[in-house]
Amino acid sequence: MKQLVIPDVSLGAVGPEIVLVVTAILLLLLEVFTARKEKGYLAYTALGGVLLASAMTANMNGYTEMNFSGMYVVDNFASFFKLVCLLGTGMTILVSVTYTINEGISNGEYYALLLFATSGMFFMISGSDMVTIFMGLEVMSISLYALAGYTRNREKSNEAALKYFVLGALASAFLLYGIALIYGATGSTKLAIIGDSLRTGIANYHLIIIGAALLVVGFGFKISAVPFHMWAPDVYQGAPAPVTAFMSSGPKAATFAAFLRVFNEALPSMQADWWQIFWILSVMTMTVGNIMALRQTDVKRMLAYSSIAHAGYILMGFTTGDWFGVSAILFYMLVYTFMNIGVFAVVTIVARKNEEKTTFEDYTGLGYKHPIIGVTLVVLLFSLIGIPPTAGFVGKFYIFMSALQQGYVWLVIIAVVNSVISVFYYLRLTIVMYMTEETTEALPSLSLSPSLVTALIISIYGSLWLGVMPSSYITFAQAASLIP
Amino acid sequence: MSQYIPVLFMLAVAGAISVGMVLASELLGPKFKFREKMEPFECGEVQASSSKQRFSIRFYLVAMMFIIFDIEAVFLFPWAVTFQALGVFGFIEMMIFILILAAGLIYIWKKGVLDWE
Repeated sequence: MKQLVIPDVSLGAVGPEIVLVVTAILLLLLEVFTARKEKGYLAYTALGGVLLASAMTANMNGYTEMNFSGMYVVDNFASFFKLVCLLGTGMTILVSVTYTINEGISNGEYYALLLFATSGMFFMISGSDMVTIFMGLEVMSISLYALAGYTRNREKSNEAALKYFVLGALASAFLLYGIALIYGATGSTKLAIIGDSLRTGIANYHLIIIGAALLVVGFGFKISAVPFHMWAPDVYQGAPAPVTAFMSSGPKAATFAAFLRVFNEALPSMQADWWQIFWILSVMTMTVGNIMALRQTDVKRMLAYSSIAHAGYILMGFTTGDWFGVSAILFYMLVYTFMNIGVFAVVTIVARKNEEKTTFEDYTGLGYKHPIIGVTLVVLLFSLIGIPPTAGFVGKFYIFMSALQQGYVWLVIIAVVNSVISVFYYLRLTIVMYMTEETTEALPSLSLSPSLVTALIISIYGSLWLGVMPSSYITFAQAASLIP
Repeated sequence: MSQYIPVLFMLAVAGAISVGMVLASELLGPKFKFREKMEPFECGEVQASSSKQRFSIRFYLVAMMFIIFDIEAVFLFPWAVTFQALGVFGFIEMMIFILILAAGLIYIWKKGVLDWE
């Protein structure tokens, strides 16, 4: 009998993933074996898993290894993105604790789905083979479809889940077709081998171009780049607020990671072709996102368009194709996770039960009635605008610098104009909070819990500290940039 | 390439004949349309009710469970065939796989999916 070759397995490399998956399965079992009243600790079990995974990931810093027959890679780039995703997941769990209790949604599966989605992101981030990336993307997406429809008694939530699922499946098909064409052209799904066969010129160039275009469509959908953004406003508005916070941070970071790795490791020799695509994509994404956000009356929907606009800024880092652009994306993603989940935490607090209070009018006088929440929201909004000394400013500055260094002057000018446009809708919320007549309508009081306060403190810390003392994080991001 | 031309010719002729037959009977044949004739039918029966019916979600749950355990079996067969070659490594991997599915089974059991009332 022919001896089978067993692939090299390094359990240490996938340690964080194992922790996440085991915690998720444990949560499912705990869910069915605990009484309804005692389910409060499930969130903290999930949080424990996330913390353990973070410790293990942080421990892998500065350590590079290829594993599972070259399908899985651990490097600084992956560790950085994984920590960003874990930050997003951890903060989402903190925001969800009160929310799930108030909404009466049984929470074991909720946290299990969050952790499964995170493990999918990890495989996307660390995938050095198209198949691993696709598998990770599916694990992440399917968990997200279920999470988007988690408040199943609310019509909007159902709508969000269905729309996300149908369009997401279409995007997955595009991605898969792109992978198939690239496989057809190069004979491999491994990023390194695709890169080599492109450099030596043995690959069918036309097939590669079509394949790469389909990859842009597939990934562009997940990061909600215009013109593949149609799902984002409906899904962000309909999904439960903590899930929206989650969707706009971790999954986006993971998709950017896979996107960066595919284009910079497999297709770097085509950079002269693809920078133009990303230039146009970036300009369209930020412009459409910002202009559409101007006329929204629902805060969650406004934040969805703002999230699209931020994806446009991040895409600027793609055009450069050098280490500076990549490290700017890394830093921006970290900053964005901090500030965006903070904003959604405030939205969750203000929305109250059944998420009824999400329009701009519901924020009337918030700054006087709840001064601390008001100030928190203002700081986070300033960070989203990019006003110094917040982290948003440093993130934007850094990413604009990277584009400028490569000579994309017009791109930077358009981005700056866009930042100015975005001031309008972010400040509109602030004006509603502080400068409009107070309504006499008596609203139920806001429920603040220790976990929500912790989430807010973390996001405020991130949004201010990364703005005042960014150097150590920037050094970390530079060490993690994929390209030397 | 030239040896395929008869095949293409055959394809064209076959297509022309079948399309032509249907077209001819459609254009030349007599037509008597009445209500019962135009209704969709199965085994000659008039349909009793709309096909857009609600039915129990349990059908989906059973279908999902079937797929999961079906896939388990699909993985177990090749493992059984190459058991000797894979050795301890394969055994441990398979046990992990079965344990994960067992956890899923315990979950759906306790959730009451297996109670058929």
